Amino acid sequence: MKNKKLMGNLITYGLVIVAYAIVAYLLHAGRLTSLVKGLLVPICVYVILAVSLNLVVGISGELSLGHAGFMCVGAFSGAFFSKCLQDTLSFAPLRLALAIAVGAVVAAVFGLLIGIPVLRLKGDYLAIVTLAFGEIIKNVMNIFYIGLDSNGFHFSVKDQFSMGMEPGGEILVSGPMGITGTPKDASFLAGIILILITLFVVLHLIDSRDGRAIMAIRDNRIAADSIGLNITHYKLMAFTVSAALTGAAGSLYAHNLATLQAKKFDYNFSILALVFVVLGGIGNIRGSVIAAVVLTVLPELLRGMANYRMLIYSIILILMMLFNWAPRFLEWRERHLGRLFRKNRKEE
Amino acid sequence: MKNMKKALCIASAAAMAVMLVPAQAFAGEGAFHIGMIGPLTGGAAIYGSAVANAAQIAVDEINEAGGIAGFQVEYNPQDDEHDAEKSVNAYNALKDWGMQLLLGTVTSAPCIAVEAEAAADNMFLLTPSGTAVDCITAGDNAFRVCFSDPAQGTEAARYIGEHDLAQKVGVLYDSSDVYSSGIYATFRAEAQSQGFEIVADTSFTSDSKTDFSAQLQTLMDSGCDLVFIPFYYNEASIVLKQASDMGFETQWFGVDGIDGILSVEGFDTSLAENVMLLTPFVPTAEDEATQAFVAKYQESYGDVPNQFAADAYDGVYIIKQAIEQAGVTPDMDASEICDAVKVAMTEIEFSGITGDITWTADGEPTKDPIAVVIHNGIYEMM
Repeated sequence: MKNKKLMGNLITYGLVIVAYAIVAYLLHAGRLTSLVKGLLVPICVYVILAVSLNLVVGISGELSLGHAGFMCVGAFSGAFFSKCLQDTLSFAPLRLALAIAVGAVVAAVFGLLIGIPVLRLKGDYLAIVTLAFGEIIKNVMNIFYIGLDSNGFHFSVKDQFSMGMEPGGEILVSGPMGITGTPKDASFLAGIILILITLFVVLHLIDSRDGRAIMAIRDNRIAADSIGLNITHYKLMAFTVSAALTGAAGSLYAHNLATLQAKKFDYNFSILALVFVVLGGIGNIRGSVIAAVVLTVLPELLRGMANYRMLIYSIILILMMLFNWAPRFLEWRERHLGRLFRKNRKEE
Repeated sequence: MKNMKKALCIASAAAMAVMLVPAQAFAGEGAFHIGMIGPLTGGAAIYGSAVANAAQIAVDEINEAGGIAGFQVEYNPQDDEHDAEKSVNAYNALKDWGMQLLLGTVTSAPCIAVEAEAAADNMFLLTPSGTAVDCITAGDNAFRVCFSDPAQGTEAARYIGEHDLAQKVGVLYDSSDVYSSGIYATFRAEAQSQGFEIVADTSFTSDSKTDFSAQLQTLMDSGCDLVFIPFYYNEASIVLKQASDMGFETQWFGVDGIDGILSVEGFDTSLAENVMLLTPFVPTAEDEATQAFVAKYQESYGDVPNQFAADAYDGVYIIKQAIEQAGVTPDMDASEICDAVKVAMTEIEFSGITGDITWTADGEPTKDPIAVVIHNGIYEMM
């Protein structure tokens, strides 16, 4: 049992490392198109997002629709940090590492603060409140103005004039315009390292004593309570770790684009992350990785279809969902692909 | 579950295989490759589609007339869903296609992200309608057709001041929108040196743009005799309707985003009577070029072109004129073309349907704004 689990985890790490090796080779040989090169970092970001959301949805069993909010604070704090240190700290990898750490810590603080009241709720109510908090974070980020001049930082939530900046001061965060000109520090290697760290944290947590406690609470809250597990503590642990990893992904995201706006992190974005998790299999970490990669690449590969692109993408999503979850399809699968399936069953 | 994984594995393997087809070298085929990026789907699709359609008309005209300096033009519009990340993907896809010059992107935020990439590649970029200042500041490869946000805000304040339209001005703007808050910021800065006073500033966000009664009440109570409305026509049509229901009578002054209000479905155009706006393009102008363009656009796509379409139509011709001035040929690569064309851009004097334009090396256009007032459902020059 233990060996099998270890094996499974090693396969997941191996998958990521092999993917990296192949892509790195192809990059070196100059055989990748510009489109794919440009997609590498976003893919890493979405993989981390999907894995960390799966920790909450799959392992802890709570439906969170607010992860875009954590990504938003991670992205803004990371980008803000890099913009402030752009001139003093010129070694890009170190700056990126620190920015990712900042993003993760800030998002963790938000996760903790939001988790304390929110995790008292269950099911649909929890989903609704996380959705609301995600939107609140987005809208609050949308009104921040932060400027820097010789007198230090200026801050406003109204407009850039209320800051009373000296002429020549630089506006770092500009309301709906967000942060412009973040140094482009993100690289595929950094993304892969962050994926491996994320996988390590999440898989290690799942296999630990704490992880078993979290899953016990998911499976039967009353039973877990009766044997003395501190429910709030364990739920908060999963939620905060997930928020921190999402914040790290956000920081990486911010360092890949020259512009960052809060508008991007709306509820559609949270739902996109949830789609990765659901289609990859709830509670299945490797599935999340694969689903995030496929669903990020797919709409770009469909560019050749011009205006039918989004239509075909959504049809594929529906088909995947049916294939994966609908009882009729499962029955059909059992009947026609039965042999293949039974063999797999035995393996598991 | 396992099966699903297998299917996904196969799908991703197939996907990888497709992606690995190396980029073909398109240069040297004897045609200029002009790419376009804009929102063709999603909430901002009307702007992107207008640009894509109008640029198509211009490209067809050029190809029919023998191309640019004897070379045909290949044109490829790509969708970015008004999203910076998708826009960079679209840009990379166009690079794989062999793009040599970029007309785009249509909206501001994606344009900033794409310009950072284009500046690194030294790819010539001409945005028809990216109004934010930062759209073209990352490098000297970028130019724009439209006014920037600061230019619009400044011009609007100056126009109101110089023509003595009002003493007390109220402002209603979209604080969650880059375009709207950008224009408001410079409008307010310029207002200090003009002979009027801003007595009320109210705002809304894109999440709450259906009920403006609170803002309109504030404006009404402030006793302003002109309201500046720097946002797009969809919201403006609601604002005008609600103001009229409340019995709020004032002068309305908008910027180029208001252009298009007369074609909003279900909108009573009499509500827009006497609305003033600054716009680069008047579809009812009587010159031959505008008439021909409007007729062609209506024939092909069924509606009256807006200023986005006009900027894009001019954009293609600007690229044509700059290429002819620079004397580049399609067998050169994008970077060489950019080096020559960006010098040519500062030398040409362009005359099109959005006015006479010249450019400075920082990429900003110099042209006169056109102020119009709506009378009986049509634009009249002021």
